Amino acid sequence: MKPMGSLILRTASRFLLPLLLLFSVFMLIRGHNEPGGGFIAGLIAATGFALYLFAFDAARTRHLMWADPQLLLGLGLLAATASGLPAIFFGEPFFTALWWPIEVAGLGEIKLSTPLMFDIGVYLVVLGSVMTIVLALAEAEE
Amino acid sequence: MLIAVLSGFLLAALSPWLARSLGDNAGWVLALLPASLFVYFLGYVPVVMDGSAEVIHYSWIPGLDISLSFLVDGLSLMFALLISGIGTFIIIYTGGYLHGDAYLPRFYAIMFGFMASMIGLVLSNNLISLFVFWELTSITSYLLIGYNHEDKNARWCALQGLLVTVAGGLALMAGLVMIGTISGSFELSEVLAGEDVLRDSPLYVAIVILVLAGCFTKSAQVPFHFWLPNAMAAPTPVSAFLHSATMVKAGIYLMARLNPSLGGTELWLYTLALVGAVTMFTGSFMALRSRGVKQVLAYSTVMALGTLTMLIGIGTEAAILAAMAFLLAHALYKAALFMLAGALDHETGTKDITRMGGLRKAMPITFIAAAVAALSLSGLPPLFGFIAKELMFEATLSAPLVGTVTTSLALASSIMIVTIAAVFALRPFIGAFKETPRKPHEAPLSMLIGPVVLASLGLLFGLMGFIPTAALIHGAVASVHGSPVAFELSLWHGLNWPLALSATAVIAGVVLFRMWDTVLSAFDRMTFIDRFGPERGYEYVMKALTWIADWQTGVLQNGYLRNYLMTIVLSTVAITGWTFFVHTNSTVALGELDFTFYFYELAIAALVILGAVAASLARSRLGAVATLGMVGFGVSLIYVLFSAPDLGITQIMVETLTVILLVLVLYRLPGFLVYSSPAARIRDAAVALSLGGLITLLVLAVSGVMVSDPISDQMVAWSVPEGHGRNIVNVILVDFRALDTLGEIFVVGLAAIGVYAMIRLRAEDKAK
Repeated sequence: MKPMGSLILRTASRFLLPLLLLFSVFMLIRGHNEPGGGFIAGLIAATGFALYLFAFDAARTRHLMWADPQLLLGLGLLAATASGLPAIFFGEPFFTALWWPIEVAGLGEIKLSTPLMFDIGVYLVVLGSVMTIVLALAEAEE
Repeated sequence: MLIAVLSGFLLAALSPWLARSLGDNAGWVLALLPASLFVYFLGYVPVVMDGSAEVIHYSWIPGLDISLSFLVDGLSLMFALLISGIGTFIIIYTGGYLHGDAYLPRFYAIMFGFMASMIGLVLSNNLISLFVFWELTSITSYLLIGYNHEDKNARWCALQGLLVTVAGGLALMAGLVMIGTISGSFELSEVLAGEDVLRDSPLYVAIVILVLAGCFTKSAQVPFHFWLPNAMAAPTPVSAFLHSATMVKAGIYLMARLNPSLGGTELWLYTLALVGAVTMFTGSFMALRSRGVKQVLAYSTVMALGTLTMLIGIGTEAAILAAMAFLLAHALYKAALFMLAGALDHETGTKDITRMGGLRKAMPITFIAAAVAALSLSGLPPLFGFIAKELMFEATLSAPLVGTVTTSLALASSIMIVTIAAVFALRPFIGAFKETPRKPHEAPLSMLIGPVVLASLGLLFGLMGFIPTAALIHGAVASVHGSPVAFELSLWHGLNWPLALSATAVIAGVVLFRMWDTVLSAFDRMTFIDRFGPERGYEYVMKALTWIADWQTGVLQNGYLRNYLMTIVLSTVAITGWTFFVHTNSTVALGELDFTFYFYELAIAALVILGAVAASLARSRLGAVATLGMVGFGVSLIYVLFSAPDLGITQIMVETLTVILLVLVLYRLPGFLVYSSPAARIRDAAVALSLGGLITLLVLAVSGVMVSDPISDQMVAWSVPEGHGRNIVNVILVDFRALDTLGEIFVVGLAAIGVYAMIRLRAEDKAK
């Protein structure tokens, strides 16, 4: 087994990973109005996991991620493609954006939409792609 | 109608599951779909009987003038009925023929996929959707020929069929685009109403050549006929359905379909009539040489396809009538014969006719059905094939310009076809019983119902010619001819030339049959046909292709990243620079440029340049990575300064991840050495500077040109009301141009999988 990273790095990455993941979700959701979006958010999340990978090892990172990065990649592509489909059932061309704003008590208006679903797809594809490569490289080394 | 066409695809998706859960009865149950489609299409018969047509329109990609519209007229309905009708029996037959086969569920899936594509092809009113369905039939045919994918020969044959038909398909696409552009519409109904527009166009010759290239390859005309006999590597239901009754007739269908717009010229007449006649002769001649049950039938299909092409080319009322009657007759008897051939092969264990004999007692129903179908094939009364053959002779005798050639070739091939029919229907069944690999017994009901029904229909239509006339042929002839034609079909036409020719063919054919063994051994010595056939041409082309691929891979893909980069950079500089300096008179007006800037902009620029210089002079890998990072972060600062925060953040993230990836691979790289000589470094610097210089010039020149209002203005205006978002970049990415982004994320995903495969394969190689 590869010697683990320094204690400082390990402790820091434990705290940073959830923060980075939270931050990535924040960037994903606010992306439609402020700088951000699925692509950036996916990269941020990937950075978080990559940091964890450096501090620990590939096996633990995989375990922590729950899902296989290739599954995330596939799910992302599926979500992005599927987000174009609902429009067809409303008689609109493929990929016409649809919006369902709903009021949530305490949070204000939340806009559920097919572009949001698409952006989540982008997020998953970016995260899945980067982690597929990074984990494969790390495992090849071990 | 949309549901009818697409239901096949839906069932294709479901059939693997259905076939598994239904077990042995899957064939009977799944056949319900084609059967109900047949009934559905029958409902359209009254609509098109008098030669009228109905267009059903669904929009698909309206922006590109591509729609899913369907044209139901006599011609398309006749094909749709044949496909769904014969398809029903084929699916039932499959259940018996491939009983217990491990891949049977997959087989059903591809079969339904094919059936839906074929129905879509013949009903399409839009040239583009027609082409899409056309290619789908090629692909499903490929999968079906290569069904026994563990057999190398089957894969080879499948690939040959695919390459020949798809090469023709490419030509066809160009032809269809030309037709659409010249007619001003991609809708067939409007193209056909265009009178002489296509014939008077200067591109007429090009269109005919391109469209015929597609039709001739698909419908196995000489010299492209060689793929069809090889396609017999497929299981028999496939041969019966795709390679005799339906798919190979797609080319015939398209020629018939476009006849009102493209036909009537000498080019059309000579090409189709002569190629068709030669194909007809070649097909029957090669059939006579063959011993395999399916080979004989395959070549006789080539004969039939040639006959149809010839008749469409002749193009007179009599010829089109003959073509449509022959089409119907052929579909009925040939599908039956193929299914019977499969039954023989299935029950005896051999495909060689010369090894079968005396089977009439063991397989009486097969014998009778084969005899009736073969009578129709040889064109004897009172079968429908006789009517079709009489009409063919009538058409060739009265053909303009090519009458003599076509009549003599038609007579010659008719003689041979009589022999072939006799060989097929008599040799396996009469005479002394011969031992076969399997003990023969009658085939199961699922394998007999199709041939029996189809052969009986051949008899019924022959005796009562008014039934097919009223229901199908009248409407079909009207579609192909462009206007309704009055005629009646009957067995007795009086004593005339066609009857005399038919009689001659039968007598000569029977004589030839008596001498068949002698003839066969004589043919066996004629090996030059195999050595110099057009198939050799195909092989040479394939060899040349591999050779060229090999050569250019050696030159271009030499495995050195620096060479790839240099090739890419130099070609970009050469092509772009040449266009820029020679074809545009762009000038860079330095005087008009705004040279005021803030000091921090200058500082960042200096930092970026410094980083780039330091990176190229770096003595260690880590140093190079760090200095390159400096360039990257400098660039992202520039993005932020010029109000592109999204780009800035992305750039920072990408830089960070690049460092991570580099750290991961850094250990694995060999030590950092200076590999290149000073001369090579100067050359590399020159290449790099040339690209940088050119891009700088381009940017400066472009900023001085304003062709039209920038599209970004509109995007900004639409962003909030249409896209519900204030971040324009994101709105464009996920809404306005979501389709582009979808393409990009697929590329990202594919790249990741590619990298993954490379890393893993290397690791596995090392582990070994």
